[in-house]
Amino acid sequence: MTQDPNAEAQIEPTEVGANAAESGERQLDSDVSDAYGSHERGVDGLDFSSLADLGHTASELDPDAPAVLTVDNLKMYFPVKSSGLVRRTIGHVQAVDGISFEVPQGGSIGLVGESGCGKSTTGRLITRLYKPTGGSMMFEGHDLAKLSNREMKPLRRDVQMIFQDPYTSLNPRHTVGTIVGAPLEVHNIVPKNKVLPRVQELLEVVGLNPEHYNRYPNEFSGGQRQRIGIARALTLNPKMLVADEPVSALDVSIQAQVVNLLQDIQREFDVAFLFIAHDLAIVRHFCPEIAVMYLGKIVEIGDRETIYGRPHHPYTQALLSAVPDVKQAAIGGRRERIRLEGDVPSPINPPSGCRFRTRCQFAQEICAKVEPPLLQIGKRHKVACHFAGELGAHPATPVTTELLGVDDQGSTVPGATPTNTQLTIPGYEKTWYDLGTKQTTGV
Amino acid sequence: MTSVPMTQSSASERTSSEGPFLEVEDLTVTFPTEDGPVTAVSGLTYSVERGKTLGIVGESGSGKSVSSMAVMGLHDAKSAKISGSIRVGGTEVVGLGESRMRALRGNSMAMIFQDALAALHPFYKIGKQLEEAYLVHHSSASKRDARRKAIEMLDRVGIPQPDRRVDDYPHQFSGGMRQRAMIAMGLINDPSLLIADEPTTALDVTVQAQILDLLQDLQREFNSAVIIITHDLGVIAEMADDVLVMYAGRCVEYGTAKQILVAPEMPYTWGLLSSVPDVTASTDARLIPIPGNPPSLLRPPSGCSFHPRCLHSDKVRGDLCRTELPALLPASTGTAHLKRCHLADPVGVYQNEVLPEIAPDLVEETR
Amino acid sequence: MFAYVVKRLISGVLVVTLVSMAIFLLFWYGPSSPAQPICDRETSNRCGNKIELYEKTLGYDNPVYEEYGKYVKGVFVGRTLTIASNDYECSAPCLGVSYRTKQPVKEELVKRIPATFSVAIGGAFLYLLFGVPIGVAAARRRGSITDKALVSSFLFISSIPYYLFALLTWLYLTITFEIPLFSETGYFSPIKDGPWAWFSGLFLAWVALGIFGCTQYTRFTRGAMVEALSEDYIRTAKSKGLPTRTIVYKHGLRAALVPVVTIFGIDFGTLLAGTIFTERIFEIQGIGWWSLQAVQGRDLPVVQATALFSAVVLIISNLLVDIVYSVLDPRVRLS
Ligand SMILES: Nc1ncnc2c1ncn2[C@@H]1O[C@H](COP(=O)(O)OP(=O)(O)OP(=O)(O)O)[C@@H](O)[C@H]1O
Ligand SMILES: Nc1ncnc2c1ncn2[C@@H]1O[C@H](COP(=O)(O)OP(=O)(O)O)[C@@H](O)[C@H]1O
Ligand code: SF4
Ligand code: SF4
Ligand SMILES: [Mg+2]
Ligand SMILES: [Mg+2]
Repeated sequence: MTQDPNAEAQIEPTEVGANAAESGERQLDSDVSDAYGSHERGVDGLDFSSLADLGHTASELDPDAPAVLTVDNLKMYFPVKSSGLVRRTIGHVQAVDGISFEVPQGGSIGLVGESGCGKSTTGRLITRLYKPTGGSMMFEGHDLAKLSNREMKPLRRDVQMIFQDPYTSLNPRHTVGTIVGAPLEVHNIVPKNKVLPRVQELLEVVGLNPEHYNRYPNEFSGGQRQRIGIARALTLNPKMLVADEPVSALDVSIQAQVVNLLQDIQREFDVAFLFIAHDLAIVRHFCPEIAVMYLGKIVEIGDRETIYGRPHHPYTQALLSAVPDVKQAAIGGRRERIRLEGDVPSPINPPSGCRFRTRCQFAQEICAKVEPPLLQIGKRHKVACHFAGELGAHPATPVTTELLGVDDQGSTVPGATPTNTQLTIPGYEKTWYDLGTKQTTGV
Repeated sequence: MTSVPMTQSSASERTSSEGPFLEVEDLTVTFPTEDGPVTAVSGLTYSVERGKTLGIVGESGSGKSVSSMAVMGLHDAKSAKISGSIRVGGTEVVGLGESRMRALRGNSMAMIFQDALAALHPFYKIGKQLEEAYLVHHSSASKRDARRKAIEMLDRVGIPQPDRRVDDYPHQFSGGMRQRAMIAMGLINDPSLLIADEPTTALDVTVQAQILDLLQDLQREFNSAVIIITHDLGVIAEMADDVLVMYAGRCVEYGTAKQILVAPEMPYTWGLLSSVPDVTASTDARLIPIPGNPPSLLRPPSGCSFHPRCLHSDKVRGDLCRTELPALLPASTGTAHLKRCHLADPVGVYQNEVLPEIAPDLVEETR
Repeated sequence: MFAYVVKRLISGVLVVTLVSMAIFLLFWYGPSSPAQPICDRETSNRCGNKIELYEKTLGYDNPVYEEYGKYVKGVFVGRTLTIASNDYECSAPCLGVSYRTKQPVKEELVKRIPATFSVAIGGAFLYLLFGVPIGVAAARRRGSITDKALVSSFLFISSIPYYLFALLTWLYLTITFEIPLFSETGYFSPIKDGPWAWFSGLFLAWVALGIFGCTQYTRFTRGAMVEALSEDYIRTAKSKGLPTRTIVYKHGLRAALVPVVTIFGIDFGTLLAGTIFTERIFEIQGIGWWSLQAVQGRDLPVVQATALFSAVVLIISNLLVDIVYSVLDPRVRLS
């Protein structure tokens, strides 16, 4: 009571680091985690080149991997209640509104977008912390969207979540052993006397000292706590992990430790990742495939090279241009960027047609009238924009008119036959709509 | 958009042309705690001219905020021991009386804070909080003038319908708007020095870009000296003229943005550069973290405080890194570039070992 | 806001109904007949089998819901009550007739409200007057010797049970030191007996309540203030160059008051509902003491009335706290 509570809170993190260092945390000898751990001796005998070899380059895409999870037209509407005597539902927050994608086995897909666009909601739907309003999520022959909570239970082992905040997501009154071992007991899969060895094995995998299983979360630093959260998620050998901003709460130097650990885990255990983050650079490093969300919808999805190199959606372009670039130091001044005006509109009353039109510099009449379909325009590239095109080369007339059977203003053309067979498939087709020729082409 | 008329010239204007507006020399801040003294900042020296931006980078707990709060005189005299010299527009502020300090604070120097929701008073309207900042330094101004000024500033920082939003409470603003309101409040008295402590850390990239644009426009307009504290090297690259890298309370490297980010000579700076991926970098670049955790300031490591985490100390002869604190010495790129490291050939190590791993595409260019 | 108040009032009526039912049932199915005490009294403790007569006239031979129905009807339209062989006319809102004094409960209640309210208002005034400023001062000097001494001594006082504390106050100030000013405690009407009699009769009770409450409010205020002063917006206020006074009072105290006002509202409601110990020890004929006597004498109508009174007072004060809270904190919206 007598001390400034602020000061206490501030000293704590460094203190924790120091404690861990003093107690000489033992690390795995062969594992990468060794060098990324947190003690002074860990660095001894390690020079830069050996550590560099353990650091990872960006993850690569395996184009032939089968899908482990297929999300189709997934929707989550949260009811909005009126205030007053009788609380009626007066609207819905359309947090996620009809998104489709596939997560390849052992691969990872990144989900990016501004705050409130529905990234976390998507993650929570897949782990079934929420029951979706509509759509399907096929996982190993089961539709996660339709299962009851009881039917879901055996499947929960396979889909686990890593949370953003390592400070609040661990119960402070439980030891690390209890936290990491709890899923084993809940699902009753190993005999009681096998729980501890498994817990220690997991702690070793994530680069923590296995002897520390009876310590409490507050004895660990932020990065170490995130490792505990990862160990807990790994306990049941999941086939898929949903990582919701797993490194945002961590210090820059620690972020890289955790990202490398996740990459190790992915390689070693062949886990698929849905990786949610608002840091576009981290997502680019971790995910060979990225989906960009805006107001509850996927506006562009594709492989890393396409999304970061040749984005076709005005929003993706604006988002990428907003990222400050270290390389700019060599040139000086600021990068040219697309200025987005205003805020994201409310998901209770999203704009008609294209949801981005209120902030889009290319918006035209058709954008308000017709919602652009998520159209496959490349081998692994889909975009939802009437004027999709590379930066500086957006077409003057809508590219979607023929497919939708509308004219350039978005009015329905009588007698036209819309061809939207391609529009709802979660994965990629062998053939796609070529923007240049306006023809369906293929490899 | 209206520009803000300068109603009162700040006290600093007279001294503006000679030398830097802010000069910090050998600043040390120590907090006595129950476990012993914590030296959060030691021997920090830097300066910022009007119209220039200094970026301060470092991990959390490296003393970035503590040093800037010392400049603003925000530390409680009972709980912080401050030594060294801080001159703001020629006035020495270390040891300055509270009433004279108060006249400077919010007037010729202002600070904006990271978490705008927490930093604005939840129970007062945005307008009231801005007016208060204006009135305290303009005792002759009327309430009406203050309100007009508040609306004008909100307009200036790009809040739509400022005459209506002026009566909103902070929780009614979005994150980006709150940060704008903070900036409006900081700039309402046309300060010559603005310290922005992680102004965009909690914000989306798109909003961050808007805020950084705004800061830069305003700096140009007011010709103020700006300190921007961040841990995002991208923000530093785009905003800062000079960069100060802090580790465990000390300056470990200091130079122009180009020197620090293109030709860094200190292993901690290399570590920072190698541990963050880059949106445009080659995908062959490795993500190489800095091992371990930041040190405790209660018992800082001996010698170079980075040595427990340094991957290059084996290249230094003997036990020097462990036993002797390296001095802050000129680097090879010029006398304005300072670094605190015992390495004999940092340029060689960086070019031959570090760069090929973290930016393989850049190696060819620089050779 | 209006809808919110209506909603809260409706739920309040529900609570009052439930309370009255609970008390009715407790007495009805209690270990001895509710008619027992009145029968004992009337027959000078030779009740014996006359109990049945009393039960019959009081209606205890009817089903419980029928009697409860009569009671509720009496509240709205009045009724005639029969005790032993006497009839008592009881006009609406009829809360019954005391089994002990045979007086209508309602009149007695109205007579006793000023005493209880005087105690509560005076005591609360004193403890706010001293508690809040001392708390603020302690928070500003937190960690200093003065602060530590203050906090620990106040903690000591508030760890004494209140009845013991009040009893000691009374003993020391009236008996041991024989201070004439305080010798005659009790409630005197400020109009009939004059303000001085009113003041000196209640003074001791106020002092006891005031000191005890002050130790608690000092700690609440200090805690809330320490927290408020460590908030980020205080640092902002300081960085604007505001004078310390403005920072502490306008920014700090304003925020710290919210939790203090909330606790106070509930506390004060409890005081208004009757202070049993204070009234008993300082012999003040208020509602608290009355309810104590009623419970001892198993005087059902009075117990019922005092319980309903405190329920109503607490419901209203809670509602007021919520409204004040939403006025003080613009982030709170009542719905
Ligand atoms: N339980 C809920 N009830 C009502 N609305 C909700 C609920 N959870 C989320 N929302 C709303 O759904 C939308 C999407 O929220 P979500 O948490 O998925 O955003 P996000 O993309 O993860 O954002 P961030 O980057 O800030 O984490 C938001 O408008 C949010 O306010
Ligand atoms: N009032 C205080 N008492 C004791 N230690 C403090 C106090 N304020 C800050 N510190 C310590 O000083 C160090 C530097 O903090 P700070 O400047 O806030 O770091 P950052 O670089 O993240 O802004 C931290 O270790 C912090 O715990
Ligand atoms: S559809 Fe229209 S409004 Fe939407 S992104 Fe494309 S051009 Fe902009
Ligand atoms: S002085 Fe030694 S330990 Fe410190 S940074 Fe240089 S090489 Fe590393
Ligand atoms: Mg989220
Ligand atoms: Mg800080």
